[in-house]
Formats: sequence, C-alpha cells, structure tokens
Amino acid sequence: MTSLTDLTVTQLGAALAKKETSAVEVADAHLKKLDEHRALNAFITETPEKARTMAAASDARRAKGDAGLLEGIPLAIKDLFCTEGVQTTAASHILEGFVPQYESTVTTNLWKSGAVMVGKTNLDEFAMGSSNMTSHFGGVENPWKRKGDNRKLVPGGSSGGSAAAVAAHMVPGSTGTDTGGSIRQPASFCGIVGLKPTYGRCSRWGVVAFASSLDQPGPFARTVEDSALLLQAMAGHDPKDSTSAPLAVPDFAAAARTPDIKGLKVGIPREYRVDGTSPEIEALWSRGAEMLKAAGAVPVEVSLPHTKYALPAYYIVAPAECSSNLARYDGVRFGLRVPGKDLAEMYQNTRGAGFGKEVRRRIMIGTYVLSAGYYDAYYKKAQQIRSLIARDFNQAFEKCDVLLTPTAPTAAFAAGEKMDDPVTMYLNDMFTIPASMAGLPGISVPAGLDKDGLPLGLQLIGRAFDEETMLRAAAALEKAAGFTARAAGY
Amino acid sequence: MALDKDTVARIARLARLKVPEEELGTLAGELSGIFAWIEQLNEIDTRDVEPLSSVSDVTLPLRTDKVTDGGIAAKVLANAPGGAVYIDPSDRNAGGFFTVPKVVE
Repeated sequence: MTSLTDLTVTQLGAALAKKETSAVEVADAHLKKLDEHRALNAFITETPEKARTMAAASDARRAKGDAGLLEGIPLAIKDLFCTEGVQTTAASHILEGFVPQYESTVTTNLWKSGAVMVGKTNLDEFAMGSSNMTSHFGGVENPWKRKGDNRKLVPGGSSGGSAAAVAAHMVPGSTGTDTGGSIRQPASFCGIVGLKPTYGRCSRWGVVAFASSLDQPGPFARTVEDSALLLQAMAGHDPKDSTSAPLAVPDFAAAARTPDIKGLKVGIPREYRVDGTSPEIEALWSRGAEMLKAAGAVPVEVSLPHTKYALPAYYIVAPAECSSNLARYDGVRFGLRVPGKDLAEMYQNTRGAGFGKEVRRRIMIGTYVLSAGYYDAYYKKAQQIRSLIARDFNQAFEKCDVLLTPTAPTAAFAAGEKMDDPVTMYLNDMFTIPASMAGLPGISVPAGLDKDGLPLGLQLIGRAFDEETMLRAAAALEKAAGFTARAAGY
Repeated sequence: MALDKDTVARIARLARLKVPEEELGTLAGELSGIFAWIEQLNEIDTRDVEPLSSVSDVTLPLRTDKVTDGGIAAKVLANAPGGAVYIDPSDRNAGGFFTVPKVVE
C-alpha cells in the first residue's frame, strides 16, 4: 500500500482536495518519519506541535472552501530563514538560542499558501560549505550509501539537511538557499530536484545573509513539477528587499507540466569538460543531451570562455560580502556574548568563540581583500571577471535557449574525504558557481546512478527570469531519464 | 601571494576575531594557498572591463518616505545577550537599551 510519505507535493495536494486524507494525518505521517530517521541529523529544530496546529488550521480552512496553493503540505525550512518564535541558528554557535521576532518573506508566503512547517533543517554554518560538515550542530548523513559500503556519505551543502529530509521522505519538499550551488549540489548528491531561481525572484528579507549579491532562496522536491509549485508559492516582489524583482509570478507549475521541447536549442558549453570530472558524469551528460535530442530539442555546442575563472572570482566576492554581512555578530544585540575587559575584547572573544573554522577563514579572506590597498587588485578585479562571465552567458543565449551541464564533478563523498585542503572542497561547486555569478536560474535534475549506486544530477541553466523554459526542459529531462531510485531503507 | 603570521594576526584584528597564537601558522598556510589559487585571475586583462556590482538590470525602486513600523522596542530588545534595560518596565515598548561593558571611565 502506498503510504502518505510516498506521495509528492502534487499527489498530496490531490489527495487532500479529494478529502482522502487530512492535513493533520499528512503531518503526523511525516512527523513519524522525522522520529524514525533522526540519526540523519537533518534537523536542528523539530516543530511537531507547531506542525499539528498549522495542519489543524489548514484542515479548517479547507473545510471552509478556502484552500491555498500548498494547502496542508508539510515542509522543512532551512535554518537560515527567520521564523517568528522558532529558534534560527544558521547552524552557528554565535546564533544558538536566537529566536526571531519576525518571519522571513519567503516563509510568510509559504504559510499564506497553506503549507505546514515540521522543522528547521541543518546546514553548513552560515551556508558556507559544500558538505554540511561545517555545521555547529554536526554533519548530516546522506540517506544514500555506496553499494556494499557502509560508510556515511555527506548530503552536500550548504542546504544538506533540506536535501536529506526530502530524499529520506521526511517531507515532500523543503526550502534551501543557493549562493554558489548550495541547492543544486546537495540535490544532485541526494537524488532529488533542487532549483535556484533567478537572483531577485525570491525575497531575501529575513534570510540570514551570507553574500548579498549572490544569495537566493529556492525549493527542493522529488519532482520538477513539485519544485515549480513550491517556487510559485515562494516567489514574488517584496518591497522589503530592494533587489527583489517587481515582476509578476508566472504559473511555473503549468510550465513544468508541458515538457514540450520541440526545436528548443540546448547549449552544451565545451568549457565544462574539465579534468577531475568523473568519466561517469561525462557519460551521463552526453546521455542527457541525447535524451533531450530524442525529445525534439536541438543540442548546440556553445562556448563560455571565462568558466574556469568563475570559481576563484567567487572566492573573492563571496568572502568579501560575508565579512561585511557578518560584522553584525558582535555580541551586542543578539546571539552569543563572550565577555572581555573592554568592548573591543568582547567583540573579539565573541566572534572568535562563536564562529567556526570555515566561517572565520572566509571572514579573514574577505577582510583582507577589502583592506586598504588591496581593493582594486582583488574585489574590483573579481567584479570585472564577473562582467565577463555574464557576457559569456549573454552571448551563449543568442545561440541557445537553455544550457545543459553536470551539476557536480562527483557523486556524494564520505564524511572526512576532501577535508584536508579548502580549495579541494571549493572545487565541488565548479559547475554551479558560474550561473550564480551571473544571477541566472539553474535546476538540478536526478538523471542516473553511478557504478556505486549513487545518484547523479544534471543541471539546466536558463535565461534570467525565464525559469519557465528551464522548467519545461527539466521536465522533459526528468521524463526521459525516468529516475525512480530511492535510497535503500528510506 | 604568501601571507605570514604577522599579516594573519593583523587581518584577524581588523576582523575582530580572536585567533589563538598556535592557529596563526596553519591559517597563514591555508590562506596563502587560497590566494595563490586566486592569482590565476591575473591571466585575464580586465583593463577595459566595467565591474559588475549587481546582476539585476532592474532599477532599484523608491518608496514613499514614511514610517512603516515602530512601537516594537520589546521585540527589538528580545534577544539582547547582555539583557536589556527598559525605560518603563511596565511598558517595554516605550523603549529601552542594550547593555555593553563600560566604555567610558
């Protein structure tokens, strides 16, 4: 028998609409999964009582004939979104115990559309990482394991808890944020769909800031259509975020339901063929292009000449913005305070004790590149490279409608691997960062398993504010790939 | 570019981060490695390239210059790590203060 936790957002919505089940039953079934799989450490804070209250209110609304887009759908929220009255930590010791007095715009939109919160998910500290290993609350375990190998694998990062929770069927959907790949890479590692919208599509208000010119909220789900539906509820202009685009929200779900890509030009960027990519991923990428071709699309080779410079430029821009954003954690208004003999010492003690190793490292990189005499050599240079990267994409989109690339250079790795040197870890985001630097939308679709039985994703990149074309192509790819595998035991 | 321990200590001070003396050496090595890797950006001539500071073409919107909230001092002070001091404890929204170590003798 199919259980409620097997269903997708769309299927749950249909079952609820037909009164085959209730929001309270749906919430309880998923809360039970949270209990069963607590060992994955996907959540920092579980909110079962809040979930039941919200579900009961949802059932009451539906009884009155007043059902929203996500009425009664249980969701997990990355612990980077401020939630009123519920601890929000950014997975950092410095924010441990912080209880926001306001609700982020994205979560407000979700609750307005009827969704139910089951808890706040684990992440890399301040969203800085690609493994979820930098969390103050411990790493998250990927529900997937290599065949015949019991070692724990990482779920990717930074939104590792949100991805693991969806892959383990603890929730049918969740929210993440993506600065350089933090939605797409964990989606690929966990065999689910992860969507980073165009910069400005979703409001950043109430989301703990990492790098403000790059950060963008987006959804995780198990199908392309579900991710589109979630995005539809999350997106929209917000006067409280000056970079939020004053554009109407299209019917994303309708786009995802029409995987008609006849004549669509799919760009294959040659610079994404790089050393260090697993041969299996190269092969999957070629198969993906073949699948889209068989569905009527026209693959075209394109060139994005500055691809290899996106990653080092990102490691100037993101730390620079992080060092400015994280200046607010000084032990005065919220979060941790470690006393000192004077104000300066209190700042230093608080920040030294409150931030983890990777966050301290990035603050220091950022402080250095912005310090007197170095600004032009580093920050300005990186912003100029960013112009060249954006120009590359503009030129490529004169020849194609959407780009197809791998999402990550490898499948999920074991906890402890790639930890010896920061640059090795940074390379994980080599395929996702270029689109981030240009503010473009990207989606990772699970497209196959490697020889160890681990999921691999392919990424589609769209034009700015053209998520609809990207979603149509993603739905076509999903249909052709027919990925139905589930992590054993989940 | 190689960073020495003194430079790392200076950056840490600028960033108001207490870094234990024994970690300075490791950090200097890691940061030097990252900056050496970043050096590859110098392969590109960017003399005539405008820096990109915002990815959105959208003009920043203006809003009417009027107060949109207020009277929420209790909320503002709710997470004060040193404890807050209220002007009128019976009406916390009347205003109050964050507390910090003494800065003036």
